[in-house]
Amino acid sequence: MASSQQQQTQNMLRLDTKQTKRSTMLLEQPVTRQRRDKVSLSAFAFLLAEMIRYTQNRVLGIQDLEAKLNELGQRVGVRVFELTMSREKTVRRETRVLQMLVFINSVVWRTLFDKSADSLERSTESEDEYMITDNEPAILKYISVPKEMASFSPGAFISGIVESIAACCQCPARVTSHAVPVDGFPVRTVILLKFDKEVMEREKRLEAGK
Amino acid sequence: MIHSVFIINRSGGLIYNKNYSTHIAQLSSNEALIFAGTFHGIHALASRIAPTGNATGAKDTGIQTIDTMNFRLHCFQTPTGIKFIAATDLLHTTLTDVLTKVYELYCDYALKSPFYNLEMPVRSDLFDANMLHLVQQY
Repeated sequence: MASSQQQQTQNMLRLDTKQTKRSTMLLEQPVTRQRRDKVSLSAFAFLLAEMIRYTQNRVLGIQDLEAKLNELGQRVGVRVFELTMSREKTVRRETRVLQMLVFINSVVWRTLFDKSADSLERSTESEDEYMITDNEPAILKYISVPKEMASFSPGAFISGIVESIAACCQCPARVTSHAVPVDGFPVRTVILLKFDKEVMEREKRLEAGK
Repeated sequence: MIHSVFIINRSGGLIYNKNYSTHIAQLSSNEALIFAGTFHGIHALASRIAPTGNATGAKDTGIQTIDTMNFRLHCFQTPTGIKFIAATDLLHTTLTDVLTKVYELYCDYALKSPFYNLEMPVRSDLFDANMLHLVQQY
């Protein structure tokens, strides 16, 4: 009787370790993966839709909604930056504005969306504003904003990611996202970076010192 | 030639209604709602009064096509109870593949949009644009 009970508890323990073994194996996978892992876009689209609905219930107004999504994106951005730095062997952290923008445009976009961003421009009106354009951000592909919220851009999540990466590269900026649809690209998004005054002054000094 | 597409939710309410042919008479919005409710009812009746089940004893799937002299009405019911209905000319004998694609578009552009509430009318520009593109191919 006692031995069969012992057997039972032993079996249960064995099952338990099997479960924990599986979950620790997931955490013990190497960070530098060999092959390109893909996440299901549908799964992420559902998650993002629920994130937007969740924040919508807790804010009053479109500006607040974009600010909250921006905050969520910032948390992702810090981790994406660390991961990219450890995975990509051929990059170093950029501290100059232009190099950092090129880094975001190509390396970060490729890590996140498997393509590089479509264009990088400097604004002609103010010299501290730069724009990254994406003609069809994959994660926003299925979102259609109703007419009464026409000024809302769900790319606020992406602008949060960019904002925290800019901060990690010592070029703090205020980053916002704007939906600028054109013919054939209804979900086209422009990420606008407005760098802080200190950053621009530092750039001027570095340029003059050259 | 697909004349029009209707989507009916699980409780029989009309959530999408679009005409793609300009030369046929258009239903008013009231008539479309009545049509949706009526069709939901007769579809339920048809699946109940089926004289024999199939081999596995599963319920009958209900109405699949309705033929008339001038047009044919196709219906595709999803496992979740949503019905996709298309009115076409007599050249199309079965439209299940097209209606499956409509189901895919619905899953993509309606269900993944944060601004769509379930069982409510579908108001999505991307859905309309993709539907137009799909219908124009047939």
